[in-house]
Amino acid sequence: MHGLFTPDFDLASANQPAADTRRASSIHVENLHRSFGADVALDGISLTVNPGEFFTLLGPSGCGKTTLLRLLAGLDEPDTGRIEMGGAAMAGVPPHQRSVNTVFQSYALFPHRDVRGNIAFGLEMRSWSASRVEGKINEIAGLIGIFDLLDRRVDQLSGGQRQRVALARALVNEPDVLLLDEPLSALDAGLRSRLQVELKRLQRQLGMTFVFVTHDQEEAMVMSDRIAVFNQGRVIQIGTPQEIYEQPHEQFVAQFMGHQNFVPITGRDEFGIDTLLGHFAGQFNPGDLLLLRPEALRLNTSSHESCHSFMANVDECLYRGGLTEYRLISGGLSLVAMAANQGGASYQPGERVEVTVSPSGMATLYH
Amino acid sequence: MKIAQPTRLLRDSGHLLLTVAPGALCIVAFLVLPSLYLMGMAFLSNGPYGLPTLPLSLQAFRELAGFGFLGWSPGNLYTLLRSVWQTLLATVLVILIAYPSAYYIASRPSRYRALLLLAVVVPSWTNQVIRSVGWMNLFAPGTPVSNLAAALGFTAPPMGLFPSQFAVIVGLVYNFLPFMVLPLYAAFERLDFTQIEAAQDLFARPFAVFWHAVLPQTLPGLMAGTVLVAIPAFGMYVVTELLGGGKASMIGNLVARQFAQASNWPLGAAGALIMIVVTLIGLRVLRQLGRRLGGDREVVL
Repeated sequence: MHGLFTPDFDLASANQPAADTRRASSIHVENLHRSFGADVALDGISLTVNPGEFFTLLGPSGCGKTTLLRLLAGLDEPDTGRIEMGGAAMAGVPPHQRSVNTVFQSYALFPHRDVRGNIAFGLEMRSWSASRVEGKINEIAGLIGIFDLLDRRVDQLSGGQRQRVALARALVNEPDVLLLDEPLSALDAGLRSRLQVELKRLQRQLGMTFVFVTHDQEEAMVMSDRIAVFNQGRVIQIGTPQEIYEQPHEQFVAQFMGHQNFVPITGRDEFGIDTLLGHFAGQFNPGDLLLLRPEALRLNTSSHESCHSFMANVDECLYRGGLTEYRLISGGLSLVAMAANQGGASYQPGERVEVTVSPSGMATLYH
Repeated sequence: MKIAQPTRLLRDSGHLLLTVAPGALCIVAFLVLPSLYLMGMAFLSNGPYGLPTLPLSLQAFRELAGFGFLGWSPGNLYTLLRSVWQTLLATVLVILIAYPSAYYIASRPSRYRALLLLAVVVPSWTNQVIRSVGWMNLFAPGTPVSNLAAALGFTAPPMGLFPSQFAVIVGLVYNFLPFMVLPLYAAFERLDFTQIEAAQDLFARPFAVFWHAVLPQTLPGLMAGTVLVAIPAFGMYVVTELLGGGKASMIGNLVARQFAQASNWPLGAAGALIMIVVTLIGLRVLRQLGRRLGGDREVVL
């Protein structure tokens, strides 16, 4: 299997006339509602995707992210609300008139057509001449590295190959916006992480607007320029991966990003906050929980002036290769600390340790 | 091990033979042998009492081709062509009605589907003759339907819609509709909607969506339905006899007449043989068509 790019691939090379004419589209969505019977799939969604951005809709299954994708594709209509793409209102515009293409979760390749026929479909529907179609297919097949698959039947392809063909079938149309509905979820872990990198590179080089749906927070962080975290039909938070991970607004977002260290805030004064772990001095944003990032908790290190510290008992010590995970008990709370294995000391269950944490390793949030 | 394998193979094939034999014997005794007898009969001469006798001759085929005492007449040829035409017309109409019906049923909530399917199937539990007589009563001169047709200028007032080719086609379509709806319904029930959405997403207009995403998926059902409808329709006897009144008789009527009234068994056998040949040709054409439409995949009939 080739990579998405041959090493000497250069998008600016002469046989890429389409790259110049392609315009990435912005997406503006305002107060979208969509219900299916009693199920509210989207409950007032508003967001803006910038041109050329890799934008991810992240959330647990059933949170409405796929519904939003279908509304963008035109496969479904909102009950109320507005969708604009590239400044144009999309209400009532059928899918075949939108410059949007989708990579479906199940890939939805046409089994009665070979790979070439699948990729050609969108071009044929727009009445391209056979010779232009042929040239365009060769171009995209080279780009995605599926040249040797073109004459295969769909049922002769592996999962990863199908994924690439589905991607090629959408990309060959050079849409203003590419929608991807959990395109990697059916693949095994190794292939998946490779394709994550390739997809991200492809998006950056094409400068196309990608809207990507996933329930995997690591995937979202690796690939996205910005992430919108969904829950129960609402957007909880929009931000860069770093913002979402380091400054989650709500416990749901933090938990979804893998955080476990939530410390209830019991009081607040002009010097800082009171928590179950003691007093933390400093300026804190409003909120009723203090989040401690596990990799920011240091054990038995000489503390700086600005750092907070508290005592804890080691409950468990889990060796994870590059990292060691410590389960700590302090103030009746169980906390997780991740320590990089850099040859320092390790601690056994039962040991008492001093935990220090710098202000940048903390955030306040709402329950 | 090396010895055990062949004995096991022997035992397996013996077992297979034993289980298949009764069915195979039945088929040979009650289908293959009579068919061969019938086919052989077509090459015999017609005896004085209508029974086939030696010597071997092609007289029956000459008669079938229209050569009789009074020279050549195209009557039988017309009957054959009319059979093919009426079969094609009825099959196409059945497809046009069954496609949306099957889709409609398959897209209902599951609790209604069984009921709707039952509504399609139940009429076929009644005898063909009785249902045809029903149509006769509906289409006879002076009935509301016939009066309406006359008022709209389709028929002359005293004529009624029956007997006519129109009545025969209606009868055929009505008779065979369930045999198309059921396989199409089964195909629609398994329909992969994401393929339809993918086609829409890839700029296909509604008809192109049907042609490229729905038809290929339902093709096996369509082919099965076409076989189930076209073959019996081609050999139809009852409907044409009752509703056609001699105006729309098909090759099935011709064959039946030779055995029942005209007492010319070799000619009847020759007609039956032609029916089989035309049916096989039809199946062959259908298979090619299925391959063409199905992207070179074998669509199992």
